[in-house]
Amino acid sequence: MTINQPAAQPNGGPRLEIEKLTLGYGDREVVHDLDLIIAPGEVTAIVGPNACGKSTLLRSMTRLLPPRTGRVLLDGKEVHATPAKQLARRMGLLPQSPIAPEGITVGELVGRGRHPHQRVMSRWSEADDRAVTAALRATDTIELIGRTVDELSGGQRQRVWIAMALAQETEVLLLDEPTTFLDISHQVEVLDLLTDLNRSAGTTIVMVLHDLNLAARYADHLIALHDGRLHSAGRPQEVLVPELVQDVFGMRSTVIQDPISDKPLMLPIGRHHVVALDAPS
Amino acid sequence: MTTSLTSRPGSAPADPAAQLRGTRRTRSLALLVLAAAVLAAAATSIVLGSRDASWTDIWAGVSGQAEGFAQAAVAKRVPRTVLAAVAGAALAVSGLVLQGITRNPLADPGILGVNTGASLAVVSGIAWFGLASPTSYIWVAILGAALASAFVWTVGSLGRGGATPLKLTLAGAATAAALSSFVTAVVLPRPDISENVVSWQVGGVGGATDDKLWLMAPFLLAGALLCVWCARGLNMLGLGDDLASGLGEHVNRTRLLAAAGAVTLAGATTAITGPIAFVGLVVPHLGRLLIGTDHRWLLPFSVMGGAVLLLVADVLGRVVAPPTEVDVGIITALIGAPVLIAVVRQAKVREL
Repeated sequence: MTINQPAAQPNGGPRLEIEKLTLGYGDREVVHDLDLIIAPGEVTAIVGPNACGKSTLLRSMTRLLPPRTGRVLLDGKEVHATPAKQLARRMGLLPQSPIAPEGITVGELVGRGRHPHQRVMSRWSEADDRAVTAALRATDTIELIGRTVDELSGGQRQRVWIAMALAQETEVLLLDEPTTFLDISHQVEVLDLLTDLNRSAGTTIVMVLHDLNLAARYADHLIALHDGRLHSAGRPQEVLVPELVQDVFGMRSTVIQDPISDKPLMLPIGRHHVVALDAPS
Repeated sequence: MTTSLTSRPGSAPADPAAQLRGTRRTRSLALLVLAAAVLAAAATSIVLGSRDASWTDIWAGVSGQAEGFAQAAVAKRVPRTVLAAVAGAALAVSGLVLQGITRNPLADPGILGVNTGASLAVVSGIAWFGLASPTSYIWVAILGAALASAFVWTVGSLGRGGATPLKLTLAGAATAAALSSFVTAVVLPRPDISENVVSWQVGGVGGATDDKLWLMAPFLLAGALLCVWCARGLNMLGLGDDLASGLGEHVNRTRLLAAAGAVTLAGATTAITGPIAFVGLVVPHLGRLLIGTDHRWLLPFSVMGGAVLLLVADVLGRVVAPPTEVDVGIITALIGAPVLIAVVRQAKVREL
């Protein structure tokens, strides 16, 4: 078990820290006493089995869920004490299955990402135009601008949602399972797109991912949660090891070096079709 | 971020700003056409009636003279026309806002029992608490509307899944029916109330006077301002609470303020006209079909669309069976019920 938290850098990139955070709904505690530092300007993936508190953690980081104890700090300021719009100009969240109003067009939906930059009665500005255009270009959805969101395919729709998050122009972008319901080529497309964004704009990206191998491939940092506690954190090579898979997912596995990316690649060992390795005892 | 690494060959680079400007032009055009329709409907409402009037009578009536029967009839049609337009606008905006905050395509102040709540509060006030002035009617009506909305929201949120559209609608319809029979129970043994010009069971605009219009004006203005203030927030609520909060919207505050606006509009209108249903259902749906999902455009559309609908309904009620009149509340129900069924039958009734 490795816990290798990135050093909080004094300058360069937003500093997102989680201190002794406990979260829950009703009488159920979901996240217990969690300490984390998110690497600024890098791509972080949070992995763990279902109901381990990944989405809850993400919701709390954007002040959607107040902490029971502990705090979330952005550049030393508590996010739950930061005015909503002010925080929304720095940090965006794309929930797992966002709702689009029926009949809304792509252009309009992406435009709504500009909300934190607008006042109640302000008009649409040049900056809004520029941000929306750039977001549509970056996600390759510009030719969809006049279409309604209902008529898009799953992959197109996810790109449009990411475009909306881009139009928000934040330094930190949190995404809750951005690849669910997508087929493998669209999963890779979305992760490539997020990597583009990270490399070209320096956006700090934190995403919850289900697929361990894609997480290891695309993340600079892996955070593994188990039962609402931190299991391990660090570079994918340090975190994605057979012990982690055994502890967190309760499954035997072997980890090899991915011949494509030199990142770790986890191969599950089930009860059947195991011929090459040491057979399950 | 400006580099597009995945740009497909052959896709023409559209100019999004031009696209958006084009949309704006179409919407402005729709609103202009609608404004013309309001004027036409208002003119028709003044000219047509169960009593024939010559053009000179009409002109005299509109300019304030009331010599002779026909001129007097026309003079009475002016406040009636204004009331129909204003009430239609208020109910349509109220429906639009209720649909926005509940994310429920079936929301309407009539269907959700808000208007009947206002109605019951007023008749109870008259029958038992000696309520006599129209101003106090309005206050009491708004209170009744607020109580009924809170009740329906609570009942509709019970059980699993929270306030789903169908549960909310059923709770509203049941509440409306129950409150409506309470109204009957209060009014029946009291001829002094039932002889009142306002029908508390089926709304109408026949009792319009200039005084009543001036009384309701500040309430409608306040309600409308609240709704306009919340327009952008309503757009955010349409994205779901999580995303809306993530974009910096105070979802609970917006919901509360917008609800206050919608309830004020529906309550103040009902205090003067009695309960009128379905305007708030029909008009916003038409608006979404014609000009999209942006509440900053849907609000003016609803104002004018509601005015046209109620003006036309009132004129129809006056001409279908002369010399008697059919209350506008009955006509809107005839128009609205099929729309309600159509909306329910649509596959995507679950969420806006």
